[in-house]
Amino acid sequence: MDSLGSELSKYLLLAWLLPLIGFAVEVLGGYWGNRQDKRAAYLAIACIGAGFLLSSFTFYRWGTETHWQAFAGSVSESGHASVADPSGSDGHEKPDAAHHPHKAAGTETTHGTPGHSETAGAHDDAAHHSPGPSYSGTFYTLATFGSLTLSIDYYIDSLTILMFCMVTLIATCIHIFAVGYMSDELTDEYVDHSAHTSDGHHVHRPGRFHRFFAFLSLFCFSMLGIVLAGNIFQVFVFWELVGISSFLLIGFYTERKSANVAANKAFIVNRVGDFGFIIGLMILWTYCGTFSFGDQDLNGHEQPGLFSMIRGSDGEITTVGDDVILKTVGHNGHWEAPHEGESNRTLPYFLLVIAGLGVFGGCVGKSAQFPLQTWLPDAMEGPTPVSALVHSATMVAAGVYLAARFYPVFTTEVLLTIAYIGCITLFIAATIAVVATDIKRVLAYSTISQLGYMMLAIGLGGWAAGLFHLITHAFFKSLMFLCSGSVIHGCHHEQEMTKMGGLRHKMPITAYTMLIGVIAISGLAIPGSAALIGFPIAFSGFHSKDAIVATALAYTSLNPIHFLLFLTPLVTAGITAFYMFRLWFYTFTGKPRDEHIYSHCHESPAVMCMPLVVLALFAAGCAFGGENGPLYHMIGNSEPLGVASGVEAGGAAGVALPSHHAIHEVHGTAGVVALLAAGLGTIVAFLLYCRPVVDPESIKRQFSGVHGFLVEKWQFDNLYDVAFVRPSHIVGRWCATFDKEVLDGILHSTARTAIWIGTIDRKFDETIVDGLVNVVGNVTRSVGMSLTVFQTGRIRQYVMFIAISVVALFALLFAFMPKA
Amino acid sequence: MDAVSLNYVLAIGAVLFVCGVICMTTKRNGIGILMGVELVLNGANLNFVAFSRYTSLGLDGQVVSLFVIVLAAAEAAVALAIALNFYNNHLTIDVDRGDELHG
Repeated sequence: MDSLGSELSKYLLLAWLLPLIGFAVEVLGGYWGNRQDKRAAYLAIACIGAGFLLSSFTFYRWGTETHWQAFAGSVSESGHASVADPSGSDGHEKPDAAHHPHKAAGTETTHGTPGHSETAGAHDDAAHHSPGPSYSGTFYTLATFGSLTLSIDYYIDSLTILMFCMVTLIATCIHIFAVGYMSDELTDEYVDHSAHTSDGHHVHRPGRFHRFFAFLSLFCFSMLGIVLAGNIFQVFVFWELVGISSFLLIGFYTERKSANVAANKAFIVNRVGDFGFIIGLMILWTYCGTFSFGDQDLNGHEQPGLFSMIRGSDGEITTVGDDVILKTVGHNGHWEAPHEGESNRTLPYFLLVIAGLGVFGGCVGKSAQFPLQTWLPDAMEGPTPVSALVHSATMVAAGVYLAARFYPVFTTEVLLTIAYIGCITLFIAATIAVVATDIKRVLAYSTISQLGYMMLAIGLGGWAAGLFHLITHAFFKSLMFLCSGSVIHGCHHEQEMTKMGGLRHKMPITAYTMLIGVIAISGLAIPGSAALIGFPIAFSGFHSKDAIVATALAYTSLNPIHFLLFLTPLVTAGITAFYMFRLWFYTFTGKPRDEHIYSHCHESPAVMCMPLVVLALFAAGCAFGGENGPLYHMIGNSEPLGVASGVEAGGAAGVALPSHHAIHEVHGTAGVVALLAAGLGTIVAFLLYCRPVVDPESIKRQFSGVHGFLVEKWQFDNLYDVAFVRPSHIVGRWCATFDKEVLDGILHSTARTAIWIGTIDRKFDETIVDGLVNVVGNVTRSVGMSLTVFQTGRIRQYVMFIAISVVALFALLFAFMPKA
Repeated sequence: MDAVSLNYVLAIGAVLFVCGVICMTTKRNGIGILMGVELVLNGANLNFVAFSRYTSLGLDGQVVSLFVIVLAAAEAAVALAIALNFYNNHLTIDVDRGDELHG
């Protein structure tokens, strides 16, 4: 019997490869007969839907095999007994940390500079959150170069399974939605009103329905590849694949210049982050000699994975002087640093910091964090289902996911950087969202802002809180994007909120599912419900944002100097509620601002409304129970070692990370202030846009400077334009000039010389060589011509010639022959 | 026996040869030309035989002249056939009329 790990890996492998098959068939299968054919969509939906079923089944199998221990909130020893049996047929999978769930608690360890000894948090608390089992192994080895092995690995823990379920569920909903949304592509003659030919007409082109679904399938395959990946190299490969599918989907309307520019921008900005990613990769491989996350079994010789090597089995980084000692001694998921005197492998501490920052750089690019956040709003040029799937729910979440996966490699300095980057991002994006008027752009900036929250949480040590928000955000943000897609579809591709209004009468399903999403993201709850009935009545966003704010509060109480890391997200929670409700009031309430659009708009067909309802259910209820609910416990099941106990003043930055216990203590306070902020934002939005007691226009005029600054997106695009784009244009022009003047000059003069030599050569040929040959020919000919005179055809004459010639010959002979 | 010296014989051969050449150059009749050829050949034959008779060459000259006679007979046969065909085509054996190949 296969052990659980290899069994789960087979289901997930199938779920992962199905979209690739879909993509291959859709791309290679040609045009499906005609452009009105919906078979491509059905195939894509079947692939991703089957993927979802497989993921759910994996989830079920995982749950039953572990006796749903994860949901109980603790992983007991008996729970391990059933899963931790490493006697699989593959023989190379083992629960990384299953055998020592209590090791982290109460043991004295060193971290950062030597001498900083610290004790872990409360014993019961740490045990409560000890990580569950993870399974790693290899599907297929691609190549081996010396000690470098490139392979397709898997690394499965509760987070992987959860991400699989989330991605496939959302992707299925969005695929189905896209069948309705993209239906106007089902034609042989699609007229693109936003693209113009050089003579000013609209672009006419064949519909690209099947191509859209092929790209979506490719994207799903790449995203699931990141989630399933068992080594950092594989992550990088699928990271780039996600990038290219994003590029293809943003530039889907390739005839529009803006779409092309946006696609290029997204791709190039991501390259900047990936540069750091590669540096991190190289450092880690150089010193650790492996790309693998989990421990590996190489020809019977067990080798620790990256996480084990750096954190060992106690979750701490061991340092000697300026070097980090890699933990290479041990077996079966239990790794320790070599004892003193033994040979050990070390990694300079500053390089570990650089590696962490580098990998985080990749996450910054992909998750659109400051300072690389500018590509995401422009990416809204793609069709709305793409925005929902790629640029809100999944791809941008890949950055957060990787940051979380790589948590064991990050030192406290890196975590502090992550926290501040997240903090800056969430504030900047939220402020821009306040003034944006394009419905998709508001959502785009809100996405950036929420991603900032997740990064902030991870940087603050709220590992599970960040991922909690990742999952809940994926649901409500994809819901809201699909709602906006429904609005855009209903309003015939009008995206400006200033032309909408009152739409809730025309499209009720869209309006009220959107409202669920808005409430979820704003983090609203019914005050007092927790005290009255035992648990708060709130949608998912409340729980996850609450968890983040609580982490921030606990963090700030430990590190008062970093008070901004609490204040900013708190204020931004209010701003979030404000701009989200502004969007909803603007679009769905009040009087229609544009009668033409209002009269023509209509509720979307059922194929588009059904996914909205499904996603609305999840957006509302997926975080049921908050931090005591199943979702949070399941995420916490994958939490890396040492997170639960917190860290006391480690590393050069000297920051302390709060333990779960500390976070739990301030949870009530944080919940109240976060709710206050969100409520305040909602009320302000209500007063400004729904029952206008104050005219927003007058405020806009009053603060025209600030407004302009925000409309210009904090001048980031302009700054990058001046700092990078124009200089590269100038350098480009220099290079072009150099090319034209110098290189082309050399080439041209060489060519001219060659032509000149050729001309001379030709003259020589024509006059001298040809002349000689012609002279010989002419002479021969003229001699022949002159000799024809003698050929008279008269025999008598010939005989005469012979006779005379003989006589003449003899005469000559006798005349000149020397006498013997 | 030696009353007739080699020189006389050579003189007769030369006369015969010259007569033959003159015959070839003056006759327009194809048969006449053939006869001229025979005269030239026989002039040459006479020389062979004479040198053979008056020197110590033995019978070499006679053999060559016999060979030439055979050759001349064969040549005459071919030439008469040509003449016949020429007559068939031109209804004459005037060799001056056979000048279609002149340059």
